[in-house]
Amino acid sequence: MVDFLQFLLSGITRGSIYGLVGVGFALIFRSSHAINFAQGEFVMIGGMATVFFLTLGLPLVLAAAGAVVAAALIGALLQRLAIAQAKNASVLTIIIITIGAGMMLRGAAEIVMGRNFHSYPAFSGELPVDLLGAKMQSQSLWVVAALVLVTIGIHFFFARTRLGKAVEATFSNRFAATVIGINVPRILIVCFMLSAAIGALGGVVMTPITLTHFELGVPLALKGFCAAIVGGLTSPFGAIIGGLILGLSEAFAGGYISPTYQEAVAFVIIIAMLIFRPQGLFGRRAVERV
Amino acid sequence: MRSFLKNIGTSVLAATLAAGGLLAATGASAQQRPIRIGAFTATTGGASFLGDPQEKTLRLYVDKINKAGGVLGRKLELFIYDSAGDARQAVTYTRRLIEDNEVDIIIGGSATGESMAVIPIVEEAQIPFISLSGGNVVVEPVRKWVFKTPGSDRMAVSKIYTDMKARGFSKAAVISGDGGFDKSCQKEAVTVAKTMGIAIVADEVYAQADTDMTPQFTRIAGAKPDAIVGCGFGLGGVITVRNHRQITPQIPLYFTHGVGSQQFVEGARGAAENVRITVSPLLVAEQLDDSDPQKKTLLEYTKEYQEKFGEKPAAFGGFSYDALHIALAAMQRAGGTDKAKVRDEIERTKNFIGIDGIFNMSPTDHMGLDFNTAFRLTEIKNNGWHLVK
Repeated sequence: MVDFLQFLLSGITRGSIYGLVGVGFALIFRSSHAINFAQGEFVMIGGMATVFFLTLGLPLVLAAAGAVVAAALIGALLQRLAIAQAKNASVLTIIIITIGAGMMLRGAAEIVMGRNFHSYPAFSGELPVDLLGAKMQSQSLWVVAALVLVTIGIHFFFARTRLGKAVEATFSNRFAATVIGINVPRILIVCFMLSAAIGALGGVVMTPITLTHFELGVPLALKGFCAAIVGGLTSPFGAIIGGLILGLSEAFAGGYISPTYQEAVAFVIIIAMLIFRPQGLFGRRAVERV
Repeated sequence: MRSFLKNIGTSVLAATLAAGGLLAATGASAQQRPIRIGAFTATTGGASFLGDPQEKTLRLYVDKINKAGGVLGRKLELFIYDSAGDARQAVTYTRRLIEDNEVDIIIGGSATGESMAVIPIVEEAQIPFISLSGGNVVVEPVRKWVFKTPGSDRMAVSKIYTDMKARGFSKAAVISGDGGFDKSCQKEAVTVAKTMGIAIVADEVYAQADTDMTPQFTRIAGAKPDAIVGCGFGLGGVITVRNHRQITPQIPLYFTHGVGSQQFVEGARGAAENVRITVSPLLVAEQLDDSDPQKKTLLEYTKEYQEKFGEKPAAFGGFSYDALHIALAAMQRAGGTDKAKVRDEIERTKNFIGIDGIFNMSPTDHMGLDFNTAFRLTEIKNNGWHLVK
């Protein structure tokens, strides 16, 4: 029973991290129909920039806020300077641009912060929290809290704000959105900033648990991408649920079957989804009316 | 044809030198060709944490020995290449060292892979090669021309099991990553356990990039070991001790030398307290007894390296210190650089007090270390390394 609880806690922590990465994929896909493979780098920047600001002597709150803002700005620059320049390039071209951008961001992080790993103290102390005999790091609660905050925030954004509606409209039909007066280039920038900020927030809260280094984003992006696929690329909520499903599957497979197979879980899930439900759990079926 | 001409060239040169020697009987040795030391290290790339201090150490001591008059009255000349840890580049540079630079001995191979790749070449060229890599496979089976200076995983694991038995432990769990370094250590941990009467009750593996090992530690807790042996390095090592502190703080944890750096202790943020780690004696030089024969050498090396490069030497730099000094001592005993004679003398190295331990080579042991000197058991206390006596 304690073992089950322990695997459950591990799965929720992992899943929340994957969810926070996956949301960014879904947000950008929703606005531009492209996959942003630099999404993992935004998570890396979140942790690395916090470390950087902390060494400048800023208090944690400001360092974390600064990291999120910095990531959002980098997201805007990436959209403006690289992706917008490609204009009407195919989705494939845009994906390749994001892969290149990811490499560049990794290289820049390596030059500024070195090849070593970095971390900072957990927000509420290093003592593990005891839960019916299972133990979790107190920082895990911060990760879960960040995921809840992001979920509520995204719901509010799409349901209540004009900007959110405009994103919806842009996704449905970019041409029609332009015709009715939506500033589509601005919408695209907003989506990049938003997904960069969410990724960075994930990086900020996870770094005390996972530590961070310039290559942290690469494996994370794979897991986050898988989470988004499971949820159906178009749905940010789907990505969050997908992340939790993936995290829990990994933890239980690792715990009850063998940790050796843990890494294969993500790929098994992707293949199963593509065969049985290609639009994902919450995705919209891509139906073309003729 | 080219080599024929080269031979003629060499003979003419030798004859000229000999004539010169007859004319001026004083400076015959001073006019001899310098002793050529060939080297290749992974100075850049993923294994640069190994290769960088190794290259620096070679340059430092070749300079220093030259300033003191060289060896056998001859200066040293260092030919060093950066293999970036890539086996193909290591092969290219080894060929260049042998054919173009015509070196008398080769030191190098920061990673086990690149050392293995050049072995056929040095064996064929019949030139002594002292490897700087950790893997046992480099000197097992023993090859005529191949030696190495770093201690092996097997010795580190044996040291850990000896301490476990002294504390009355008989059941161990092993946790390791799925990379090459970890696998080598994990394999030795399982094999050596059988010969030392330790039962392995759990053998858990994590993916190198994974950042959560709590499922593995939950499984280990279920197997109820007396102690846990960690095989890993870098980030994986840090996550291991942090998750150990979270799930199984009551079970003593041991680690091999992969985590032998201050960066590890700082990254663990307190979770490394009381963890026992086998490290190179270099890391705890100041704490050694004054009667320890290595203490003087270790402190001197640390001081000289620090003066030149402004940082403390990493344990890996000591591997090339030992290789260079063993080679030069062998040349001194051989009275020259005849490759076969030098090889024989390297094999006869006895009681050589090095950085990595005290070397006693033999025809059946081309490393010559034993685990008492090569690894020292330390315990982390207040974020510092304390020698367990």
